[in-house]
Amino acid sequence: MLDEGTPLFVQIAEQIADDIAEGNLAEGERVPSTNELAAFYRINPATAAKGINVLADEGLLEKRRGIGMFVAGGARQKLLADRRRRFAEQYLDPMLIEARRLGIDDETLISLIRGNGHRNGGPAA
Amino acid sequence: MTPTISTTGLTRRYGDHLALGDVSVDIREGKITGLLGRNGAGKSTFLRIVTAQEFASTGSVRVFGENPVENERVLQRLVLVREDQQFPDFKVRHALSAASWFYPNWDAELADTLLRDFDLPTKRPIKKLSRGMRSALSITIGLAARAELTLLDEPYAGLDAVARQLFYDRLLDDYSAHPRTVLLSTHLIDEVADLLEHVVMIDKGRVVLDAPADELRGSAATVSGPATAVESFVAGRRVLHRRKIGSRASVTVADALDAAAKARAQALHLKLEPLSLQQLMVHTSNTGHPTAEEASA
Repeated sequence: MLDEGTPLFVQIAEQIADDIAEGNLAEGERVPSTNELAAFYRINPATAAKGINVLADEGLLEKRRGIGMFVAGGARQKLLADRRRRFAEQYLDPMLIEARRLGIDDETLISLIRGNGHRNGGPAA
Repeated sequence: MTPTISTTGLTRRYGDHLALGDVSVDIREGKITGLLGRNGAGKSTFLRIVTAQEFASTGSVRVFGENPVENERVLQRLVLVREDQQFPDFKVRHALSAASWFYPNWDAELADTLLRDFDLPTKRPIKKLSRGMRSALSITIGLAARAELTLLDEPYAGLDAVARQLFYDRLLDDYSAHPRTVLLSTHLIDEVADLLEHVVMIDKGRVVLDAPADELRGSAATVSGPATAVESFVAGRRVLHRRKIGSRASVTVADALDAAAKARAQALHLKLEPLSLQQLMVHTSNTGHPTAEEASA
């Protein structure tokens, strides 16, 4: 469930962020406690706490004293905006590198994207 | 904050054999620290000296800020679970009663839960228990003692994978509810890696790593692909291990690879695989003794 190489607390933060972005964790909903996360993922509670704190520092989670951590208002929009900004770097760049390696030029690439969009029932160009 | 255990230049010789050489470490309060190393690396010697069951040749050890030798104040606050713990000719329930008198924070309810979890027959004489059952009894005592300093020295002899997972789960549960200083000595590194907050790795009696577990994750990686591209990528990096077959190479480097390095590897068509803590130990033991700074850099 967790992979090597990425610090565990980053992975915990990413998984909770995914849940928020996909709407599985609604704004205002309580997120699992440090100890719940530790037991579920079988990790050190300090690691789980660090992951939660990353999201709290980004303003995605807010603490309600004595009750726990909750998804902050606007968290989902904020995450989606952030992901749109990083889209090119995360998805396009690796694709372009592979395309060049294979000698696929930009025009072919664009027509592939359009054709692909068409096949998936997306808007045709 | 005073470290729970602090050693300076701790050295133990048995004749010509150096069991521990110049070990200076701090085990911090309230964390789960892994004491990792191969069999015979010196882990048990370290734990026996910390618990005053053995003495240092030179160097010093402080536990709760005091010398542990013949120090009842210190020894009451710690529990040591040893591999193949020896018991007097008792029944299981007698061993538990004795432990409940000795340990001030003893939790009888937790002990009962663990006995049920491990299916331990309380009326059976300990000498009639299997090796795995004796380990389960030691673990039960070690956790239910809930000592401020819990030392676990490869406590799983004879336990199968299912029982070991049960032990890790119960340790984590109880530590979450009652945080305390835990030092877990093991060579089954992959099994416990995620439970650890800090790692001390010993090889041939010397400390070869002393770093937060988070920093070690991804602190080394194996790069593989066409040999020329691999060599160009690893130039200037600290190489732990090198393998070659035909025109392909696979090189392990002790380097945290940042986003730029990952992008470069991708551009060069190289495969990057981060090293697990266990693999890191294999490479660290194979390549001599890097300093803690080098290895965790």
